[in-house]
Amino acid sequence: MNLPVLIALSAIKILIVLVVLLTLVAYTVLMERKVLGFIQLRYGPNRVGPWGLLQPLADLVKLLFKEDFTPPMVNKVLFVMAPIITAVTAFLPFAVIPFAKDMFPPQITIYGQTFDLTAAGLNQGVIADINVGLLYVFAMGSLAVYGAVLGGWASNSKYSLLGGLRLSAQMVSYELALGLSVIGVLMLAGSLSLVKIVEAQKDMWFIVYQPLGFVLFLTAAFAECARTPFDLIECENELVAGYQTEYSSMKWALFMMGEYAHIIVASALITTLFLGGWQGPILPPVVWFMGKTFALVFCFIWVRGTFPRFRFDQLMYLGWKVMLPLALLNIMVTGAVMLLI
Amino acid sequence: MMAYIFFALAGIALISGVLVVFQTHPLRSALWLIVNFFAVAGIYLLAHAEFIAAIQIIVYAGAIMVLFLFVIMLLNLRQPEEEAARPWFGQKLAGITLAALVAFILVYGFSKAEVPLAKAAPPGLGNTESIARLLFTDYLLPFEVTSVLLLVAIVGAVVLAKSKLK
Repeated sequence: MNLPVLIALSAIKILIVLVVLLTLVAYTVLMERKVLGFIQLRYGPNRVGPWGLLQPLADLVKLLFKEDFTPPMVNKVLFVMAPIITAVTAFLPFAVIPFAKDMFPPQITIYGQTFDLTAAGLNQGVIADINVGLLYVFAMGSLAVYGAVLGGWASNSKYSLLGGLRLSAQMVSYELALGLSVIGVLMLAGSLSLVKIVEAQKDMWFIVYQPLGFVLFLTAAFAECARTPFDLIECENELVAGYQTEYSSMKWALFMMGEYAHIIVASALITTLFLGGWQGPILPPVVWFMGKTFALVFCFIWVRGTFPRFRFDQLMYLGWKVMLPLALLNIMVTGAVMLLI
Repeated sequence: MMAYIFFALAGIALISGVLVVFQTHPLRSALWLIVNFFAVAGIYLLAHAEFIAAIQIIVYAGAIMVLFLFVIMLLNLRQPEEEAARPWFGQKLAGITLAALVAFILVYGFSKAEVPLAKAAPPGLGNTESIARLLFTDYLLPFEVTSVLLLVAIVGAVVLAKSKLK
């Protein structure tokens, strides 16, 4: 297959995945409002469409037509760059997460021409199977902090700056626990490629061998997404809305998209690492993947509806003095057991 | 194709490196340094060192520069108000002479140096595996000594911070 065709087909595949992801992001917002409503004994949105199903569309139109106000004393370049960084770094990790075994058949015929899709793994259910896939996800995750920090600084407002500072301290602290808690999985799978990690879970999900690692990773993922109980960066009663305070219209919407894309990517990553990815009997792989991912997304919302927020010193104590030692212990125990067996 | 990408990345790395030095505000310097890290990570990717490229972004761009930004934002919330003091003529002269000397030594040294090519990784091993194998066999002692060095740095930082509190 020649290069232009390859590029075009790859672009089409990326576009399909991106459109699905964007739709899921929009409907995760609706899901959150519905589930929070259910937890708080009220209905949630139910005016637009049946069961409020068209609410995301209405929200989008509203956000597009709102005035895009830039406060006068901001640093213009960074103020515009920050939401873009947040949204882009939130979507990019999905490039290496395998969502199904195969996305297309090995060969397709368009207008009488047959294309061999196995050429660059185009038929696989993942955009790019790279050999350091997990590190790539962590790299994108560690870059996500710049959106909030630069947005907070560029806004030239005290609440925004404090929100940005809190987030940078929180992300740097919990990245360690996040990184160390997956070492056990890597030892079991023997690879950093997410496709290989999923294949290694053919017989048994890694959550069975790594229960402590799962709990630590889940907690650290909550902190990395800055969700309740770790949402100190935008706690309304102290900081108005943290780093998002000065933003409006689509720039604010990009921050929101970034937040919900982070939740979906974190859930998809936990599914891939601990819950066997797309593996499962009878139902098609993509259904299993979506089901597991959205069960975890539900957990994110459930926790938001039921848990109070940590104090900042409690957050640091948990990250450095509880989760980090436990993650190290998990690595040592996993290593010892693997040597003995 | 690869050569064009390399020269583009190398150009970005050099230009952003120069911009790091010539910014007046420390935050802008830090941001250009991040751009520089990305260009260098791209060059690592071209050399098929995916592991090093990913670590470069996670550790330097994702962790160390975030700490830099954190400190800059805490210490220097506004644009600098006064101009920095103008250097004396003697300082300028000394600086230019030293810079020229260093440039001469570097250029002369590297023009004479013969850089041996690295051994190719054994077939069937990705570069994560090869690095791990080397770290825990040939370079085990330096690897462990580095951890002691880091421990000393941590203890030193804690002692400095605690002595001020009392």
